[in-house]
Amino acid sequence: MIIDHPLLGPRDAAEFVYLGDAALINRPEHTDEDAQGDRSWLVVTRNTLTHEISKVELARDVAIANGRDR
Amino acid sequence: MSQVNRIDDALVDSLVDRTRTIKFAFNDQLYRAHPGDTLASALLANDIRVVGRSFKYHRPRGIFSSGAEEPNALVELHRGARREPNTRATVTEVFDGLHSRSQNHRGPLGFDLMAVNDYLSPFLSAGFYYKTFMWPKAFWEKVYEPVIRASAGLGSLSGLPDPDSYDKGFLHADILIVGAGPCGLAAALCAGESGARVILADEDFQPGGRLNAETLAIDDMRGSDWTKQTLALLAQMDNVRLMTRTTVYGAFDHGIYGALERMTDHLADSDQSPRQVLWRIYAKRSIVCAGATERSIAFGNNDRPGIMLAGAVRAYVNRWGVTPGKRVAIFTNNDDGWRTATDLASKGVEVSGVIDTRNIAAPAKVQGASIVMGSSVVNTIGRSGIHTIVLSNGQTLKADCLAVSGGWSPNVHLSCHQRGRPTWQDDQACFIPGGELPQGMHVAGAANGALSLSGAISSGIDTCKQALESLNIKASNAPAIQAEDESVQITAFWHVKQSDKRCWIDLQNDVTTKDIVVSHQDGFRAVEHLKRYTTLGMATDQGKTSNVLGLAIMAEHAGKTIPETGTTIFRPPYTPIPIGALAGRARGKAFKPTRLTPSHQWAEEQGAIFVETGNWLRAQWFPLEGETHWRESVDREVSQTRASVGICDVSTLGKIDIQGADAGEFLDRVYANTFSSLSVGKVRYGLMLREDGIVMDDGTTARMAEHHYVMTTTTANAVSVFRHLEFCRQCLWPGLDVQLISATEQWAQFAVAGPNSRKLLEQIVDAEYPIDNEAFPFMACGQISVCGGTPARLFRISFSGEMAYEIAVPTRYGNSMMATLMQAGEPYEVVPYGTEALGVMRVEKGHAAGNELTGQTTAANLGLGRMVSKKKDCIGNVLSEREGLNQKTDLQLVGFKPVNTAVQLSAGAHFVSKGQDAITRNDEGWMTSVAYSPSLQHSIALGFIQNGQNRLGETVVAADPLRQQSIDVEIVSPHFIDPEGERLRG
Repeated sequence: MIIDHPLLGPRDAAEFVYLGDAALINRPEHTDEDAQGDRSWLVVTRNTLTHEISKVELARDVAIANGRDR
Repeated sequence: MSQVNRIDDALVDSLVDRTRTIKFAFNDQLYRAHPGDTLASALLANDIRVVGRSFKYHRPRGIFSSGAEEPNALVELHRGARREPNTRATVTEVFDGLHSRSQNHRGPLGFDLMAVNDYLSPFLSAGFYYKTFMWPKAFWEKVYEPVIRASAGLGSLSGLPDPDSYDKGFLHADILIVGAGPCGLAAALCAGESGARVILADEDFQPGGRLNAETLAIDDMRGSDWTKQTLALLAQMDNVRLMTRTTVYGAFDHGIYGALERMTDHLADSDQSPRQVLWRIYAKRSIVCAGATERSIAFGNNDRPGIMLAGAVRAYVNRWGVTPGKRVAIFTNNDDGWRTATDLASKGVEVSGVIDTRNIAAPAKVQGASIVMGSSVVNTIGRSGIHTIVLSNGQTLKADCLAVSGGWSPNVHLSCHQRGRPTWQDDQACFIPGGELPQGMHVAGAANGALSLSGAISSGIDTCKQALESLNIKASNAPAIQAEDESVQITAFWHVKQSDKRCWIDLQNDVTTKDIVVSHQDGFRAVEHLKRYTTLGMATDQGKTSNVLGLAIMAEHAGKTIPETGTTIFRPPYTPIPIGALAGRARGKAFKPTRLTPSHQWAEEQGAIFVETGNWLRAQWFPLEGETHWRESVDREVSQTRASVGICDVSTLGKIDIQGADAGEFLDRVYANTFSSLSVGKVRYGLMLREDGIVMDDGTTARMAEHHYVMTTTTANAVSVFRHLEFCRQCLWPGLDVQLISATEQWAQFAVAGPNSRKLLEQIVDAEYPIDNEAFPFMACGQISVCGGTPARLFRISFSGEMAYEIAVPTRYGNSMMATLMQAGEPYEVVPYGTEALGVMRVEKGHAAGNELTGQTTAANLGLGRMVSKKKDCIGNVLSEREGLNQKTDLQLVGFKPVNTAVQLSAGAHFVSKGQDAITRNDEGWMTSVAYSPSLQHSIALGFIQNGQNRLGETVVAADPLRQQSIDVEIVSPHFIDPEGERLRG
């Protein structure tokens, strides 16, 4: 492949190394709370007609309330 | 008997040099040939009919073609380490002293023990292996596979290292023309006269393509004479590069072509020149003028020696002045086959008959030949060479050579390399390039279906003009080229169904029409399945003469048209490329560059033992006379350094120069600890994390000036850390005012360690730079000069745990700096030390290194958790706080010493508590680094163990089941030497 380098002009692909997906540029701010999620599964209670959400619980709490244990 | 098949000079004006005779060997027998011969033409001239045995049935086989498409005449060339199997005799130039052998037979070529396979043929049809070697399962490894392996393959390699060298090269062109036949030559003339930069590549040693094989005229000249004249014209053009013996084997992305130039294969002595050159050609446009390849017709016993392609038969007559037979019959479905009859007859070769499948009037008269129209050949007779052919009308004809033409298939290969799919032309009975061609590619001449001579020439010129226009280059007005427009009429005919004998399609893989039927019956009907089930079109010839025939017969059998049946496409390479050519110079020691330290020459002079670390070659230890074991040398180097002073070349550490108003801020973000607060003239140890919170690298960074830092990295990570920093600078914080450059190669750096290190350095550091403890305390750094003005950098840092300095000078002074330091150290009995002593001292001091920075360890694991500053963000800060990385039971780096100090520890042992079994469930950690400490006189180790810092003094078991050892070890501080660090600050 030939890659047209914006500064150096057309160059053979062999002159490059691959770093990764360009999404790497979008590094989250360290102050962002849980920017990557917290992996929690949730139980969401939703009116399927209006999409009104009436309750959101940690699935873990629901499970414990249902008597699940070790 | 010598060259009995050469045609009288007076009858043929061949292109071989009959005035000179050369000798070559085939199966240890000497034969004569002439310069200009191929091995195939020379064998035919000497009446050698059987040249090999077929792949599966071990049937005797003769030369079938006259070019790169050859399926049969595969031979071993040369002897000893240069032996090369599976070489096509049809493209091998004969030279004086060439050695060649037939292959794929046990016992002599004439009596092959494996020929029994031919009698087993009813069992050896398509899918035989898949169906037969299924059970019992246990037989596969012990019985079936060894037997199949022993009988598979054709030739064999020498097994010795290749003694030849190979090169790689790069070329650029406006227009690359592939093939120097009539079309390519015409295109090259047109492009050359326009001033464009042209490369004309031809696989043959004699450019001209079919012009050399035909008697057709151009501009009232014999084709081969016109070729010579055209080549002379092209040779005068500076903008045209003619490359003979050069196969363009692949079309790659963005107008890049691969080409193999054979430089010395045709010479008896390469005289040290590279044997072959693998070119990478960058072409704005390409014109593929690769011509066409003739194909056969499937009829009974059509694989016998003496049965050849019709175009090849007349090539041997016209180009090489060799007749492949005394009495030749022709079997054709097209007008081109007739030219073989007329050419041969005009050279005085007896033509016994012309059999044409078409019910038309005979296109030509042939002296003395039986003309049989609307008929076909059903069988041939004669085991190691035919003598009789049997026609469908029951007639028999005497012939020792049968020239067959089933029509010509354009060489569409390069047009397929980017998934272009050829399209079927019913009227011409051939595939021509179709679909999307590779970027910038044009196809012209026979390769594009222009099968007549004048058609090919005008196609070449027209296509060249199109290519020039697309490049905005004005085509010159060259005079038109007059050529014969010979008839190329064809009526497709594939398979003589009246034949009750086996009819071959693919000679190289022994695929017959029966195999196509079996494949269809077994459900392998898609062309790609057909190919893989029957092996049609595989191996060295890649089905150049057989693909279309096999496909057509599959279509006939399935009652479909050829377009409905589809076609396979081609991948690079067009013809086989030696692995050696792909490797080029990058083999053995040259596979990767060797990096030498600045003091390498000095170390070599001292008789140092070297070790490879990455690409670097570093001194491992410096043995003195009388030292017989490496430990003797290493122990001495450690002891003497700790007692007085030692010197080590540490230039391999990565050095990154960091400058700019935001350099401190930048470092705060890439290091876990803080650097913006570091005073000018000071050095700090830094720990770098990956984004996932794991330790990436460590090293020291010095602040040389307000806006100037010098970072060191570990040797192993020098490149990856630099790349990482560039990514951070360019992509994460492009607004920071900071610039980076790698300076690893620019500075030679030496550790000068030991209590006498200062005294040593004071002798070479220029007087205006005091380095006493007050002026230059622990962790100080500065620009200085040495030896009366040589610029240098001095860092008071220590990896050994001793009072130590690292001194850096421009690399070109490195070797003499080492000698100068050694000289200055003579009063203190200074020693040079290598990587082993370096390693021992760092284990004694408890510094983490590669064995501990495994890409799985956190700062906390290393006992450096407090270095991860919580006052600022840095790469890896957030994820280092993950719960899973912050458990009470986490591994911690501590030291270990054997309870019985006479025992040697071994790295890799795993720790279990006393009284526990040495099983995975009880695993508490492992020993990472082990050294014999000459200072403590016993074995010591570093390692990770759960909650280690709180277990100092506890005895655990270092279990090493692999070495069948279990050693009681005490958990101790990792700092075996000078735990308070008093020596450093002395």
